[in-house]
Amino acid sequence: MNIFKLSIKNLFYRPLSSLLSLLLLALGVSMISLLVLINSVVQDQMNNNLKGIDMVVGAKGSPLQLILSSVYHVDSPTGNISLKEARSIEKNPMVGNSVPLLYGDNYEGFRIVGTNEKFIELYNLSIENGSFWDDEFEVVVGKKIATKLNLKVGDTFVTSHGLRQTGESHADTPFTVVGITNFSNSVADQLILTSAESVWGVHGDHTHDDEEHDHDDDKEITAMLIKFNSPMNVIQFPRYINENTNLQSAVPSYEISRLFKLFGFGIETINLLAYLIIVVSGISIFITLFNSMKERKYDMALIRTLGGSRLQLSSMLVYEAIVLTISGFILGIILSRLGLVFISSLMESSFNYSLNSYGILNDEFWLLAISILIGLMACLIPSIQVYKMDISKTLSNE
Amino acid sequence: MIKTESLKFSYDGRKYFDFPDINLDTGENLLIIGNSGIGKTTLLHLLAGILKPKSGSINVSGIEISKFSDTELDKFRGDNIGIVFQRPHFIYSLTINENLKLAQYLSPSKTSGDAEKILESLNINDKYQQKPNQLSEGEKQRVSIALALINSPNLILADEPTSSLDDFNCDNVIKLLKKQAKDHKAQLIVITHDARLKKHFKNNLNL
Repeated sequence: MNIFKLSIKNLFYRPLSSLLSLLLLALGVSMISLLVLINSVVQDQMNNNLKGIDMVVGAKGSPLQLILSSVYHVDSPTGNISLKEARSIEKNPMVGNSVPLLYGDNYEGFRIVGTNEKFIELYNLSIENGSFWDDEFEVVVGKKIATKLNLKVGDTFVTSHGLRQTGESHADTPFTVVGITNFSNSVADQLILTSAESVWGVHGDHTHDDEEHDHDDDKEITAMLIKFNSPMNVIQFPRYINENTNLQSAVPSYEISRLFKLFGFGIETINLLAYLIIVVSGISIFITLFNSMKERKYDMALIRTLGGSRLQLSSMLVYEAIVLTISGFILGIILSRLGLVFISSLMESSFNYSLNSYGILNDEFWLLAISILIGLMACLIPSIQVYKMDISKTLSNE
Repeated sequence: MIKTESLKFSYDGRKYFDFPDINLDTGENLLIIGNSGIGKTTLLHLLAGILKPKSGSINVSGIEISKFSDTELDKFRGDNIGIVFQRPHFIYSLTINENLKLAQYLSPSKTSGDAEKILESLNINDKYQQKPNQLSEGEKQRVSIALALINSPNLILADEPTSSLDDFNCDNVIKLLKKQAKDHKAQLIVITHDARLKKHFKNNLNL
């Protein structure tokens, strides 16, 4: 038996108030930690997918929609642009690298993107199994899809029209899987890649009323990802396109920071609320200790008469507060990971995005420091009072 | 051996308690008797090192404690003094066994007695694993005696141990205290207003 064990026994002796303090702290910690986690994972994913893309060109519409559809592949495209116009932009001396994107079909909800080898360079893709496409109707499948749909090299499948599974299927033009990419931790993991010609081929001999895909003699693409020769071009060129052509240009880094700003207010509010809960948990620990001090004054006088020092008595209260806050912190971290698993599965089913980062983040060490600080502040007054306790007076008041 | 000389104490600096000198040889017990408000508990706290005297000396088993610092007094109490309170006190979150273990922990320099043997001699060894509030009043008092004995003190101080007991139990408790003190080679000082106890002690001191 020692003072630390005594503190633990004391906590278990008043289980309900201990539990309340513990749960409050765990709730606050898990909320903050979950926000930090999601923020870091989402920003990581978003930035990872932004690498090498200075500008996106597509049909007129919402610039955010253009970015979301052609960089993150979550929204519907704004429309199509003519290949001729895209080519003329490509030839501009300011443009360093350009990657065409064509949409039209999906397989089991995963988008089929018609593009060229520059897409592979952009996302730094490598083949795990098989090879890249070199003929029409050959596809390379992202790692995540291959795992999820259990696709292997040599498998064939029929795509459905549009970006949802409910579209009309193109049964006469089946695609063959020729390669599966390595995991790249980018959006390419959840795409099915093929040549632009394949997408034209699927739709070329059909006539659709779909506005995204009405085929003129001229070929069309959906969007084009552009990297400039010089970072300075990002200032003039997007404006030039928006003003002088009937295309739309959008700068992803700008649109994404705008998006985060929109979310920011809500995130700040939740954050504030979570810190408030942590402070309330500190107050709850304080009240618990303060009340228990009165209940336990004879216990504590007994400890002193048995030879316990003032310091030992104070440290008993400090241990109680610290044990509560640290276990509340650990419980909170566990809850936040469970929350992330839950949110990740929601995102997976609606956006094909998953969040997987369960390690301890730097911000969480701060959170631990804050939790311990709250615990120390909560036990400050009670432990000083216990330190100063007049045992003679306590014992003669019986 | 317990010796006090011209012991004075004051709570507020105005009203002074003057205590008669105590001179007790090894192996002797003492009954200090007096009415309420006369400073009985104050004297007990002085002897236990819970209070420090304003002047005078207190010598317990050859240790002069009147000039001790707080930390020295804590250690002195743990090693040399066992207190039996009027109303028994415990650490309520701990079992009887753990209460005794904690007492041993708080006085590490002392080779302490065997908890089981002490409980056995008090006829409560079956309460080992129980919490204090599962015990009857009589059992509680026995356990509090065990707590006072566990670190083999040189001096056992009992504060009104019999005031709420009937004649029969009064005799029992005081006999038990005397027997335990003798068995543990400790001196016993009982402080009380209970005149029934006079017949049990050779040495009486009226305050």
